[in-house]
Amino acid sequence: MTLFTLLFLLSSCLLVYCINIEDNVGQFFSSGHTNNWAVLVCTSRFWFNYRHVANTLSVYRSVKRLGIPDSHIVLMLADDMACNHRNPKPATVFSHKNMELNVYGDDVEVDYRGYEVTVENFLRVLTGRLPPSTPRSKRLLSDDRSNILIYLTGHGGNGFLKFQDSEEISNVELADAFEQMWQKRRYNELLFIIDTCQGASMYERFYSPNLMALASSQVGEDSLSHQPDVGIGVHLMDRYTFYLLEFLEDIHPASKTCMNDLFKVCPKSQCVSTPGHRTDLFLRDPGSVLVTDFFGSVRKVEITMDSINLTSVVSHRKEEPAANGELQKEVYSYSDQLPVSEIIHQ
Amino acid sequence: MGLLSDPNRRRALINLLTRLNAPICGMPVDWLVKTMQARGLEVFTQSFSRTLPFPDENKERYMVKGTNVYGILRAPRAPRTEALVLSASCSPGDENNQAVGLLLGLAQYFRNQIYFAKDLIFLVNEHDLIGMQAWLEGYHHTNTTGMDWTPLHGRGGSIQAALSLELNSHVVTSLDLVLEGLNGQLPNLDLANLFYAFCQKLSVLCTIEGKLQRNDWDSVSGYSQAVQTMMLMVMKQASGRPWGDHGLFLRYHIEAATIKGINSFRQDKTDATTIGRLLEGMYRKLNNLLERLHQSYFFYLMPSLSNFVSIGYYMPAFGLLAVILLLRALDLWVQLVTPPPRNEERVNDIAQSCPGVLSILIPLVISHLTGVALYMLPVRFQEMAVEHFPVSETEAVVLTAIAVYTAGLALPHNTHRYSSEGTEQGWRVLKLVAVLYLAVLLGCTALINFSLGFILALTLVPVAAFVTPHVPKVLSAFALVFLSPACTLLFSVFFYQELQEMPVSFQDGWILYLSVISQGILDHYLYGSLVYPLIALLVYPCWLLFWNILFWK
Repeated sequence: MTLFTLLFLLSSCLLVYCINIEDNVGQFFSSGHTNNWAVLVCTSRFWFNYRHVANTLSVYRSVKRLGIPDSHIVLMLADDMACNHRNPKPATVFSHKNMELNVYGDDVEVDYRGYEVTVENFLRVLTGRLPPSTPRSKRLLSDDRSNILIYLTGHGGNGFLKFQDSEEISNVELADAFEQMWQKRRYNELLFIIDTCQGASMYERFYSPNLMALASSQVGEDSLSHQPDVGIGVHLMDRYTFYLLEFLEDIHPASKTCMNDLFKVCPKSQCVSTPGHRTDLFLRDPGSVLVTDFFGSVRKVEITMDSINLTSVVSHRKEEPAANGELQKEVYSYSDQLPVSEIIHQ
Repeated sequence: MGLLSDPNRRRALINLLTRLNAPICGMPVDWLVKTMQARGLEVFTQSFSRTLPFPDENKERYMVKGTNVYGILRAPRAPRTEALVLSASCSPGDENNQAVGLLLGLAQYFRNQIYFAKDLIFLVNEHDLIGMQAWLEGYHHTNTTGMDWTPLHGRGGSIQAALSLELNSHVVTSLDLVLEGLNGQLPNLDLANLFYAFCQKLSVLCTIEGKLQRNDWDSVSGYSQAVQTMMLMVMKQASGRPWGDHGLFLRYHIEAATIKGINSFRQDKTDATTIGRLLEGMYRKLNNLLERLHQSYFFYLMPSLSNFVSIGYYMPAFGLLAVILLLRALDLWVQLVTPPPRNEERVNDIAQSCPGVLSILIPLVISHLTGVALYMLPVRFQEMAVEHFPVSETEAVVLTAIAVYTAGLALPHNTHRYSSEGTEQGWRVLKLVAVLYLAVLLGCTALINFSLGFILALTLVPVAAFVTPHVPKVLSAFALVFLSPACTLLFSVFFYQELQEMPVSFQDGWILYLSVISQGILDHYLYGSLVYPLIALLVYPCWLLFWNILFWK
């Protein structure tokens, strides 16, 4: 009798456990991405724009710390601050006065440096239309299961971002680039962060699905810099990225912090400007999107001793000998890179 | 962080300053070379010599020979494309020793810093402006004033900015900023703002034209002080002489200013460390520059260190004065073109309606010849004057100039002997030409040196507009002489002394006036100042034309 009860309890527990596993399996693949990429761009040069390079390097640092490897990060810095003749602490880029945090570190890998950071190169990286000789480190080799983080910083205005004092990228160009990426299935979900003056104007024109955008200030407002450092002689960071870095320092690969917390970074009392965000093009609810979905490269691993039934997708065909006695091989062909016919008939 | 926070360096600077306070004969070239080399600079010297056209009685020199010593601190990591200059002039006696000591102390401090992206040139020049002119000419490979100098062996790239130090006493209570340079040129306003910002940051008393800042600019006394300061700046700019060693840099598009230490016997004294920190801050800011200073105004007047009047505000005032001349010219043209009223004397009028070209040309030529005489005679015939009169060379030059000037007043009586009978139309045509000539002349002068153009316009335009042969002769002759350039200069000398709150008696004022004339002539020959040739060759002949018109027969 007791043995039967025990067996019954055991089986019911196992059943419940199995159901949980099945649920977890369901959750396993809810975010839909399998790899992470980051494109981090600093668009301004000259010594007094030290803070833009520090901004980009601090996001680079967080993204690397949370797991995205250098091979999946495209880092574009328009000028070299660490080795600038005016830097009193050569080979360092500090993000905080009193020189607490050196974001340059030992293993920075800059992919586009100096005058290579141009609007054309940036758009080519995004759309993948690079000459065949471009090395892998300079390419964004994302696919339709990639979550991409794009971070831009520099000097901007209403509807444009200035690259290197000589050219600009407009919000329309950026929106069209993202649409090209969507049509070529180059991303699963994309998070766009911009820290410039009037940054919100840059995401106004987006129209592709699965885009989430964050900006440090609204149209008509300036993004301000954080404290200057007396020893180095320039402002070290912009306010928005400073508080973003502070927020990200608390995130570790297993954090369950979601995007709604990221939207609250740097309120008007700290930032003086009003940060903005845009989520209407995003299909999932931002409350269920983890920060590590974009900032980290989290491999979802859960250890279980139970077996899980996956619906088999591979159909086994019995090999039948052909009429002439030889094994007939099926002829394979490549699928279309760009399924034009499907797009046209949409 | 910052200069002399290290007690060792503070002690080293104090040692240097006390050693320099001992009187030194001439320029200690060898000691300077050795000291600069000990501080790790690349040291070079340049010798120069110049014989002045006549002895300079203010500075008591005639045949000048000297050596400039300069040390270059190379930027540790940057290419040698740009440079900054810090200069202090070293004269016989212990006049500027504090500045030289501070310069050497700063050189030692800057040697240990790695953040300099431009070369720093520490220049100790002898015979202040003459040595500076020799150095600048050697640096830029030009020779505009006929000085003899040895070529420079060491160079540092194109100079972006320069500061000159004058610390004349051992005790400094406030720092004065001097901006006016050769021919009234001014450095970019950003340099003045930089100095003021650091003065405020380090709580150093700073002045401009010797006047302190105050916090009640809206009150009557505040406003009058602002007007006084601005008038002083106008006077200084109009003289066209460089009021500090920095004045010669401006010609080469190098922003430069002079910082003078003043002892006004206050309680709070500024020590060398604070002045050093101020200079260190200014040089770090100039080091961070990526382009030459060009964002702020080049043409301005400063009623105080925290206010300025830009060219957009003061040019319309001059424009209105110039318009008077143009309206008068228009009036004359209309008078000339309208036919005379029909009456019995029509025949005579027609006969006299075309004035001879000669009657216009002769006054013009003679006035300009007088101008040329005023320009050339004083210096050329000083030996002859010294032989015949018991005066020194300088006095000879100045008195010859005044004599030629006064002789010009007698001209109209002589001119008319050679020309045909003057006509009603004749003086009108001459006046038209003279008025237009004056308008163009004043316009060009105001563009280059606004203060000079404005003062000349203020005095010459009224008489130029009203003078005709028909106004009461004695009164207008008196007015014309009263407002001629020479008398304007005389009154300016007295006015300047009043503004400086050091009024002079008539005798002292007259002697000052003579020395001002001699300095003006010397400035022209030594540094290329344009005030003397402008007045002698262009303004004085123009004024003579009006004098001619007044006495037209």
